[in-house]
Parts: sequence; structure tokens; C-alpha cells
Amino acid sequence: MAVTVSPERDVVATPVQRAFREALYAAAIALGLFVLFIGLKTDQNISNELILVQRWGLLAIVVIATAVGRFLYVGYAQPAMERAKAQKAAAPAAAATAPGFIRRNFNQIGVAVLLLYPVAIVLLFGFQGSLKWVDNFGIQILIYVMLAWGLNIVIGLAGLLDLGYVAFYAVGAYAYALLGTHFGLSFWILLPAAGLMAAFWGVMLGFPVLRLRGDYLAIVTLAFGEIIRLVIINWREVTNGSAGISGIPKVSFFGLMSFNVSDPNYIAKVLGIAQSGAYYKIFLYYLILGLCFLTAFVTIRLRRLPVGRAWEALREDEIACRSLGINTTTTKLTAFATGAMFGGFAGSFFAARQGFVSPESFVFLESAIILAIVVLGGMGSLGGIAVAALVMIGGTEILRELDFLKAVFGPDFTPELYRMLLFGMAMVIVMLWKPRGFVGSREPTAFLKERRAVSGSFTKEGHG
Amino acid sequence: MNASPSMNDIILQVEHLSMKFGGLVAIGDLSFQAKRGEITALIGPNGAGKTTVFNCITGFYKPSEGMITLNRRDGSTYLLERLPNHEIPARAKVARTFQNIRLFSGMTLLENLLVAQHNKLMKASGYTMLGLFGFSSYRKASAESIDLARHWLEKANLVDRADDPAGDLPYGAQRRLEIARAMCTGPELLCLDEPAAGLNPKESAALNALLMDIRDTTSILLIEHDMSVVMQISDHVVVLEYGRKISDGSPQSVRTDPRVIAAYLGVDDEEVETVLTEVGDEDVIEQLDIGPDAAHGPGTSSSFLAGPVTDTIGHSEGERVTVSKGASKAGQVDAKANAAPRKPAERATAKPAGSTAKPRGGRK
Ligand SMILES: Nc1ncnc2c1ncn2[C@@H]1O[C@H](COP(=O)(O)OP(=O)(O)OP(=O)(O)O)[C@@H](O)[C@H]1O
Ligand SMILES: [Mg+2]
Repeated sequence: MAVTVSPERDVVATPVQRAFREALYAAAIALGLFVLFIGLKTDQNISNELILVQRWGLLAIVVIATAVGRFLYVGYAQPAMERAKAQKAAAPAAAATAPGFIRRNFNQIGVAVLLLYPVAIVLLFGFQGSLKWVDNFGIQILIYVMLAWGLNIVIGLAGLLDLGYVAFYAVGAYAYALLGTHFGLSFWILLPAAGLMAAFWGVMLGFPVLRLRGDYLAIVTLAFGEIIRLVIINWREVTNGSAGISGIPKVSFFGLMSFNVSDPNYIAKVLGIAQSGAYYKIFLYYLILGLCFLTAFVTIRLRRLPVGRAWEALREDEIACRSLGINTTTTKLTAFATGAMFGGFAGSFFAARQGFVSPESFVFLESAIILAIVVLGGMGSLGGIAVAALVMIGGTEILRELDFLKAVFGPDFTPELYRMLLFGMAMVIVMLWKPRGFVGSREPTAFLKERRAVSGSFTKEGHG
Repeated sequence: MNASPSMNDIILQVEHLSMKFGGLVAIGDLSFQAKRGEITALIGPNGAGKTTVFNCITGFYKPSEGMITLNRRDGSTYLLERLPNHEIPARAKVARTFQNIRLFSGMTLLENLLVAQHNKLMKASGYTMLGLFGFSSYRKASAESIDLARHWLEKANLVDRADDPAGDLPYGAQRRLEIARAMCTGPELLCLDEPAAGLNPKESAALNALLMDIRDTTSILLIEHDMSVVMQISDHVVVLEYGRKISDGSPQSVRTDPRVIAAYLGVDDEEVETVLTEVGDEDVIEQLDIGPDAAHGPGTSSSFLAGPVTDTIGHSEGERVTVSKGASKAGQVDAKANAAPRKPAERATAKPAGSTAKPRGGRK
């Protein structure tokens, strides 16, 4: 009968008492866990001897923080959540019928914010101050949005797990860098060329992996990504190896104005305004924004075309596809090629923006980050993926700004180093909270009477 | 192929088809024909190789031997065993459904039916290029495809749920949707793998109505375990056992064929007696009644028919008793050595062979 005693005692105890007890347990566990990790630290002193640094203060802070956190969670957050859940259960209809204004107009608001972002930043910080915000945040995030939207075609729509997506990014970047530096071709010619080149390699990758599914497909695409990187490193005569290619020409304003200070048609001279590097950044921002819109437009259009439906059908059931006369070979290849093409576009933009490319930029970690964004956002959903890119990339950029963390963790704490930890934590939390990503539901591509989102529990992730 | 006058009427001709999986002969030297405009039923106990025949016809398996000829209405002829998998629906116009339903469960009903019209729409969209830029020719084709989808949704009595995910449908509706989806490919021959399996009587009726609609325009090849359905709607029956054809003909002739009865007992109440005498009553009756319990004493056939046997074998129409795996029962009838099945078994999918025969009644 001992088993039944403890729940009864739980019922008798008030939430605060219970929270206090749980907080003590949590503190004890935290102490046990961290006493060696945080309390003691091995270090070298001046005479090169190994010494133990004792950090009891820090340990105390961590343990107390754990206890307080647990106390607040059990004592206040949990009852509040339960109450909210009970309320929701009591009035389910009202909650379902009235999505908030922001949610209803999410896409329009998003587009408006993106279009106005540089203007707002310039007004707030001036041209010089805007550089960081437009470049590090705006452009950086939008590149990842575009990459993730491209990968979304392969993974989210066609259900083909591609771990080597960064290879196409590299192909696009090097296509632009090489053709731009050797032949001096303009960005506007090289952009489609880089896209085509990447699409070609997409098909090249597609052919051998057509018969593979699931884990095997993932491993081969992973290898493909590494092969492209190793070729770039070792093919020194062409790619200049790990030293990379520098002096990549800047994008011109459709050939009318240039962003090189020395050129006669430098934008500031033409328009008669003060010199600033911000013009180029703002121009690049709108350029990548345009490319993102292109990706979104094409993805949305393709989904409503037979080829896009075939991709999704392929993700749902490949055998049924074949029984309906769909050529799964070409369907998979078009998915690889289309996804790769957008990767190539993003790559050529990246090369133009950096002015320098090296194999360093195209490591497996990049593929993993892009994949994480797609999964976190919700496979197949453009809005969710954009939000995920904002959170993941914006979050890691924000970490550079958080100098106050130094006050907490000591002067040699570099928040940047913890970005992978943040990545992992965010992934775990979101996957627990929303196992199908921010937007787990699926928009149907056609409807007879009314468009109703398809719940994520019916869609499949695909096997290949 | 002999140039008989009925050549035009034959839509599917299977000749000397064999399919081996390693040492297992799933189909051995099977030949049969399906006539245009008819419902041809393919029946046989579990594991007889029916689904394997379908997989050979629709290109999912490449047969070890044999020839499968399909004659289309416009006079063109296709050798199905030579066509790639996806071209069989696209060019030879053969559509199929699956024994375990395969829908695109995360897509709506309408989308399921639109995917089935892929090839037509692909052409209309200029292989994506015209469609991407919103040309009106594609928009017209797209509207037509939605009309066709709506037509089949209405036939399948699913139009109210057109915008729901397919995975959300009840089982019977999923079956009908799968058939509607196959019909959206515009087939001349429709292959249905156990469409009535697991349906309740109401769903069965809805299915029959749909099949009756389809039969007017499309020839049907049907695998079915429910004998009432087979006897009611099929024009021609082919019986398989252990991959070999044991009978072929009209439903009437097949159901009185002793080889079939032995392999695959499926008879009506009033016929039990005649059948049992025909097949060597005493043994059958004895074993049907007592099952594995050999200690149970034998009796006269009449007393058994009055009592337990009628309870166990004959009931409402549609019940069926399959025999356990072992040597071919039809072969035993041929040899006249021992005409009775050794151990009558309940439907093997539900329970392992060897249990006492029981009425199956309506499924589920
Ligand atoms: N891919 C395969 N590999 C090996 N053996 C197979 C394969 N497919 C079918 N078989 C075997 O072929 C035989 C016939 O199987 P099949 O599925 O065609 O039977 P069926 O008549 O459809 O039975 P059921 O009524 O249970 O659906 C079985 O013994 C089965 O195990
Ligand atoms: Mg079968």
C-alpha cells in the first residue's frame, strides 16, 4: 500500500509546498551534476603546473538558479498552464474560430516588414550605423531563408533527405567567382548560369541515388557534399585550393550604376550624395529579398502544378505514384534540380556579397544548419521556415551582441561559442513543443469548397 | 495467339505466366483471358498468388516467364511485361488498387484525384513551363481536371469530404477513394485487389454501387474473397490455388466444380449437402465438426447437417472456408485418393490455419 501514499500526500500539499520540495530535489541533483563540472576547473599556472581552480561561487549561482527555476515552474508556471489548458478545453470553439490579426495576415505583415526593414534601420541608426543591422542580420538571415526554401523543395515537398545541400551552394558560389573573375561577366548573366550549373549537379547527384531511400540516401548525399568540397580544396589550378578566390566583382545596379568608389558611375557621384558603404549593403539586401521572393513564388506556383503535386505524392507514397503512371525517376530528378538551382542562386549571391569564397564556407555544418532550419520551421511550410531562419541565424548573431553575459559568466565568456548549444537547445525545445516544426500543418493546393489546412498528423515525411 | 473472331473482345490475355521468388513458385504457368466490358474475378485461397498476378500485370514484378498482352480499344496492343512500371497506367491504361490501401493520406481527397491525372496535366502545363507562367491553356486543363475529380467524388459518394485529408476517412470511404483515384487515370482495365475486404454491409453496398457504375465503361479484373460479391457481379471467374489455375469459367460452372469446392469451400446453405456428398461427405463432415479433436465420434451425415455442421459451414450467403496449406486440394480431387480437406480452416488472414471451421458471416 506504500505506493498509494505518495500521491495522497501530493494532493494534501499545497502547490507552494510541493514546489519547495521539488526545488530542493532539483538543487541537489544540480549540485551533484555540476560539482565537478563547474565547481572545479583544471588550469595551468605560470610555471606550467596543473592546478585546480575552485569556483564555488559560480557553482552556487547555478544551483540556486536551478532551484529557483524549478520552484517557479512547479509552483506557478505549471498550475497556470493547467488552468489555461482547462480554459481552452472549456471554450474550444471560440479559440478555433478567431485566429489573431497577426496570424491571419502573417504573410502580408512579413513582406511589409521585410521591405521596410532597411528604411527603418537607416532612420534609426543612420547610414553608417545601419551597416551591421542590414548586413549581419538582414542579408545573412535572408541567405539562409533562401537556402532553406530551396532545400524545402527536396526535403519538405519531395521527401528526399538531402544532407549535402551545401554542395549546390558551393557550386553556385564558385561558378560565379570563377566566371566573374576570369571573364568579367556581370552578375545578371552569372546568376542564371550559376543556377543552371547547380541544377546540373543536382541531376548528377540525383541519378546515382534514385534507387536509394532513407538513411542510404542521406549518407550518399552527405558524401556528395564532402566530395564537392574536397574537389574544391584539391583542384588548386582552378579553384586556388583552400586559399580561396578573392577579388570577385561586385554586383552593379543593373549596369547603370556601380558600387565601386573609383568608377566614374559610382552611385554617390551619379546621385550626388555622400559616399557610404551602406548603399551597397542596402542594395544587396533588396537583391537577396528579391531572390527570396522569387524562390517563394516559384515554390508556391510549382506546388499547384502537376509536378509539385507529384513531389508531395512521392513523399506520401511512391508505390501509389507509380501505379498512377507517374514517372518517379524524372519527378525525383526535377526535385533535386529545382532545389539545387535555388542553392546555386544563393551561392552566387553569397560570392558577390563576400567578394571572396573559400571551401571553409561550405562545410557539412552548413548543410546541417539549413536542414535544421527546414525541420524546425515545419517541412513544406515557407512561413515557418522563414521564422525558423530568423530564430536560428538571428539568434546566433544576437549572441555577439550580448555583452552583458560577460558580466554573469566572467570576462572570457564568448557567447558566440555557445551558438551550437543554443541550436541544440532550440531544436530540442521546439521538437518537444511542436514535433512537426513551427508550422506543422499543410496547405492543400486545390479545393472544391473551402481551403482547410491538413493537420500534420496525416502527412508523411517520406522515406527517400 | 489464335485469330478467333472474339479477339477484339479480349482486353487482357495472360499466357504461360510464371513468377518465381527464389525457390517458391508463386505463379506457375498461368493462362487466362479477360473480356472487354466484363468483370473477371480472380479467386483462390490465401497465398494462392492472386496479388502476385496483379503485380505482374501492373509491372511491379517482372514475370519470370510468360506473356501478358493488353489490347486497347483503339486497336493498339501492349506487352505489359516489357513496359516500365509507370508506363502501364500511362500508356496501356491499366489502373489498380492495392490490397492494403495506398492513399496519399496527407493530401486532400481532391488532391489525390488530381495527382492521378498527372500525365494529362503535365502535358497541358507544357511540362511545367506554361503552367509556371499561368498560361490560360493550362488553367483550362486544370479546371477540367477538377471537374473530372468532382465527377468521381460524386460517384464514390465522397464529394462532401473533398477538402479533407484522405487519411481522415473511414475505411470504406478510403477504399472507394482509391478506386475513384484509379478511375481518374482514365483506365480501360481496372484491377481491384480485394476491394470489399474489411467493409461493413453498408460500405459494401456503396462499393457495389460504385463498381456497377464503373463496369459500364471499364473492364474490371477483381480479386475478392467475398463469394457473394463474386457470384453476384462477376461474369467470369478464374480460380487459383498454389499459383496454378484450377478452374476457369462462368460463376455457375466454377462454383459446381469439385476441384474448386475442395480447394476453396464457399457454398450456400441448401447446397451444403449436395456438395458434401459430392466431395466425399463422411470424411468432410467428420472433420469439419470435430476439427482437431479426433476423439469426437463420427455420425451420420444427416444428423450432422441438422446440427453443428450447418452452424459451422452454412449460414448466410457470403461465408467461405479456406483450407489449410498443404498439398493442393484440387489435386486431391483429381487423384480421387482422398477427397476431403484434412483440416478445414478459418480464413487464414484472420487466424492460423488449423482451427475449426466457423461461419464468417459479414466481415467486421
Ligand atoms: N515479393 C515477394 N517475395 C517473396 N515471396 C513473395 C513475394 N510476393 C509474394 N510472395 C509469395 O507468393 C505467394 C503468393 O502471394 P500473394 O500475395 O500473391 O497471395 P494472394 O493470393 O494475394 O493471397 P491473399 O489472399 O492473402 O492476398 C505467397 O506465398 C507469398 O508469400
Ligand atoms: Mg493478395
